[in-house]
Amino acid sequence: MNRIARLGLALMATTMISGTALADDVTIGIRTEPSSMDPYFHNLGPNNAMLGQIFGRLVEWPPAMDKIIPRLATSWKAIDDTTWEFKLREGVKFHDGTAFTADDVLFSFARADGYTGGNSSFRTYTKGKTVTKVDDFTIHIKTEAPYPLMPNDMTTLMIMSSEAKGTGGEANNGIKAKDFNDGLATMGTGPYKFVEWKKGDQIVVEKYDGYAGPMAQPWDKITFKVIKSDPARTAALLAGDVDMIDDVATPDIPALKTNDAVALSQGVSNRVIYIHIDQFRDVSPFVTDKAGNALTKNPLKDARVRKALSKMIDRDEIVEKVMEGVAIKAGQLLPEGFFGRSPNLKPDAYDPEGAKALLAEAGWADGFALTIHGPNNRYINDGKIAEAIAQMLTRNGIPTKVETMPSSVYFKRASSGGPDKTPEFSFFLVGWGAGSGEPSSPLKSLLATVDASKGQGASNRGQHSDPELDAVLVEALATVDDDKRAALLAKATDIGIGRNMGIIPLHYQVNTWATRKGLKYEARADERTVGINLIKDN
Amino acid sequence: MNSAKTAAAPPVPGQIEPLAVETPFQRFVSDFSESKLAVACFFAVVAIILLAIFAPLIAPTDPYNLALVTVADKTLAPGMVMQDGTTTLLGTDGSGRDLLSSIIYGLRISLTVGIGSAIVALAIGVVVGLVAAYAGGRIDNIIMRIVDMQLSFPAILIALVLLVTLGKGADKTLIALIVVQWAYYARTVRASAMVERRKEYVESAHCLSLSRTRILLKHLLPNVLAPIIVVGTVQTAHAISLEATLSFLGLGMEQTEPSLGSLISNGFEYIHSGHYWISVYPGVALLLTIVSINIVGDRLRDVLNPRLSK
Amino acid sequence: MLFMSFLVFSGVYVIGDPVDILISDEADAEDRQRAIEGLGLDKPFHIQYLTFLGRALQGDLGDSFIFEEPALGLILERMPATLELALSALLIAIVIGIPLGMWAGMRPESKSARVIMTGSILGFSLPTFWVGIMMMMLFAVQLRWLPSTGRGDTVDLLGIDVSFLTLDGLSHLAMPAINLALFNLALVLRLTRAGVKEVVHQDFIKFARAKGVGRRRIVLVHILKNIMIPVVTVLGLEFGGLVAFSIVTETVFAWPGMGKLLIESIGLLDRPVIVAYLTIILLFFVIINLVVDVLYSILDPRVRLQEVKS
Repeated sequence: MNRIARLGLALMATTMISGTALADDVTIGIRTEPSSMDPYFHNLGPNNAMLGQIFGRLVEWPPAMDKIIPRLATSWKAIDDTTWEFKLREGVKFHDGTAFTADDVLFSFARADGYTGGNSSFRTYTKGKTVTKVDDFTIHIKTEAPYPLMPNDMTTLMIMSSEAKGTGGEANNGIKAKDFNDGLATMGTGPYKFVEWKKGDQIVVEKYDGYAGPMAQPWDKITFKVIKSDPARTAALLAGDVDMIDDVATPDIPALKTNDAVALSQGVSNRVIYIHIDQFRDVSPFVTDKAGNALTKNPLKDARVRKALSKMIDRDEIVEKVMEGVAIKAGQLLPEGFFGRSPNLKPDAYDPEGAKALLAEAGWADGFALTIHGPNNRYINDGKIAEAIAQMLTRNGIPTKVETMPSSVYFKRASSGGPDKTPEFSFFLVGWGAGSGEPSSPLKSLLATVDASKGQGASNRGQHSDPELDAVLVEALATVDDDKRAALLAKATDIGIGRNMGIIPLHYQVNTWATRKGLKYEARADERTVGINLIKDN
Repeated sequence: MNSAKTAAAPPVPGQIEPLAVETPFQRFVSDFSESKLAVACFFAVVAIILLAIFAPLIAPTDPYNLALVTVADKTLAPGMVMQDGTTTLLGTDGSGRDLLSSIIYGLRISLTVGIGSAIVALAIGVVVGLVAAYAGGRIDNIIMRIVDMQLSFPAILIALVLLVTLGKGADKTLIALIVVQWAYYARTVRASAMVERRKEYVESAHCLSLSRTRILLKHLLPNVLAPIIVVGTVQTAHAISLEATLSFLGLGMEQTEPSLGSLISNGFEYIHSGHYWISVYPGVALLLTIVSINIVGDRLRDVLNPRLSK
Repeated sequence: MLFMSFLVFSGVYVIGDPVDILISDEADAEDRQRAIEGLGLDKPFHIQYLTFLGRALQGDLGDSFIFEEPALGLILERMPATLELALSALLIAIVIGIPLGMWAGMRPESKSARVIMTGSILGFSLPTFWVGIMMMMLFAVQLRWLPSTGRGDTVDLLGIDVSFLTLDGLSHLAMPAINLALFNLALVLRLTRAGVKEVVHQDFIKFARAKGVGRRRIVLVHILKNIMIPVVTVLGLEFGGLVAFSIVTETVFAWPGMGKLLIESIGLLDRPVIVAYLTIILLFFVIINLVVDVLYSILDPRVRLQEVKS
């Protein structure tokens, strides 16, 4: 009897839940869940997307990432060569009603900088910077050298309340990741309040009535359902279980396009997919002669060979066939519309004859054999791209094997799997999303000469090196004037890719979101899925 | 996974020899043929094995030669013409491989892994089982404890753990499947051998002071063959299915040489796009293979196990 | 258990660690080193393993590399979902499997019995993941009868979140539970049939008939009681298999249980979680075996007698 009564209650509860569903609630199916509710835990895409809408930042990118817009800071400027001043917004309240002041910014800086647990790499944005409070709503950030990218750095760092429960006023001693995951310390100023996180299942957030910024469509409640499998995510949308999904798999796109109940939104991302090429070993482990025997020298050290390989890749076919038309051919580090691009570089056209001529000129007319390595679960269709490139190279006289692996295994080997922790592979697929919205970060990490003391070449896994590029880049990074800096960055790109082919750019990813009819998502170049960009569309 | 538990019904002592004049084999054949379905499935299994052996001769194209496969042929519908002029009967997959050829080659991998692992596991299991049965006492105890321990643990978990530690690839899958299966054979062989051991013919062999090895191989082994065959068929089907499942979980084969399981799992990506053939045809091929083997195995059990037959 | 933990620990150690996918691309060498030290991965292998063992003895299986929360807690958090799924599957297998098996056992020569038996072969031949995909396509995408993925609304029952008490929860549970049940359904069915076929011809049934006991009573009391022993034993042992196989079903239907956590942790090389999962599963199996032993002795008085004698 008791049980029946309980069942009845449960049924009532369900009807009540579906009753409130008539209010403005949405459910969003996401591919990857964040790893924590602690805003300084992991500097990873899913974390930055989910937590940004709860915590809020000083400044932010609009969906197109074309200019930085004010958020918790109302204005910012460089007051001298090494000092930036940020004016903070007054009257902003955290979700618990406490006021936002400069102290919270200092607290957040301290937590990001001194984070002891976890694997935070938010120090990237706090290192070498000293923050001081001028008054409750003004802060100064000092650096040792001129630093033009200060506002760009502040688009990632989130601001939490210094009075959040459990902190005890200490940025790094009181609270642990679990306190955030349980919602105890999850206290920000963002448009949505944290409600609960069931790991592997869902994250629920609620509208924050006191949000200071503009909101095109304030949803009362957003449920983010974690659906990792691509077909299952699409199925959930088609079955009406969710109102929107992110990372729509390319094979599903043509069918969804013709489906009247579904609307797609697409936007080019700041992520370029490219190939690293081993340029530092005299004998590269995965380059052999056609019989599989080791070579005495490394053909990939010759820029002409690298250019030839680039010309053997039919980017149109990759975009049209592998990516189902949802990608844009790449000839440099960032797609059109971004700051600091080179006007001179175009994507290499498919040109087997030209490639053969270049190979002959470099003394490799007979070709050689390669293995291409790649991840199989990191970028859109990554495994298939590697396979398609292998087909193209094989067809053009460079027999190529394919080896793909899960990213957890892949990146370890790609960065330090070889002898003495050198990169293991010879010719391998990677992607780079420029979070700063301009090419200095990929230039510095991917093409500048490896030098840990200067923080250069951290991800330069092919170890490309050109002193001229290094010099231009160093000059660019210290140039505060935007136009001059843009020209210098373009010049560095011309050297690293146009002249040296230090990496082979393939395409820029285009991200796709699908909503049920009546909704619309403003596609974001930073690939983030956030509630604030989901609007009604009648 | 644990289909062997149903299959490994212990053989029964006191088998009554029939009075009929036909040889045991003829009797076996006529018993087996009573089920038309089983006969059909038997021929299907033979056909599938031949297909796999002669794959390079039968398949219209070589799906593993990257110089011949082009992504330009991607997801062509059945009946369309590929770049090289051949018509693709069952369509092409997401990498531009002809699906019919891929299925035939994939069958080859699946069967190699399935049958290969079954044979090696069988060999290990027979040796271990016979040794346990014949040695008895402490050795028997230790061996059987290990066997029981392994059997109480689900095969899929053991295979999963092994593949996580070994990595991907056909050879590693083969090893994992062998480790998973040997215990089934060991237990079956030991159980039947224990029964046979007490029989008079073994005792008389002992009296003739024949060597231990000779008794084991010439006398015991042939008499425990029947249950081994039954377990063997069921295990092979099981191994093929397990391999497919592991591939689906992302722990199986390399990308450019897909087994049936990987083909289905790749096709899973296309279930919304109308390219039904990519997951359906390999699925049907897998299904036919496993079901045929299982029906044959089922019939074999009925025929070889006198307690269940009329 | 020690061996298992060592195997997994060293295996995952050899493949690598998640540091490279946990830190952002822009992090420099110094930050990378901090992250490695933060996870304790800078220490030599034997130190890492001994630290793990020392803590494990105190019931601490380490913190997840990814979430930085106790691995044990992460798994226990997900356990109710998996147990709910496995128990539902078990229930389905029993409720459908036993009656069908009895039917087939009572009338072994009838056409319906043959259909049931052939169907049961399909039941354990069909790879779980493929059936799952096909079910999802049909019932969720095409017919839209059931939700495609995830777990529905949950209700707090004695401190545990359960979903079978809400309509939404039930509709989410239906497909995964049936998918997971299929294999065991076939198993129960075949066991029941085999049991019935044997029991029907035994003397006490004939006596009961002769005494004029009603057909209904014979079937429900005498036969059912006698076939329960093997069915309960196998089902008890199979329950562990269900929990393990839920890995596949949970992956297909995005069911937030511990199997899905395992697969995700394997993908991310989250070693503490992988090791903790296997440790818990191992414990789980020990408990199941104990429970089965107890149940067995309750159901079969002969076992008790034997134990008293020995």
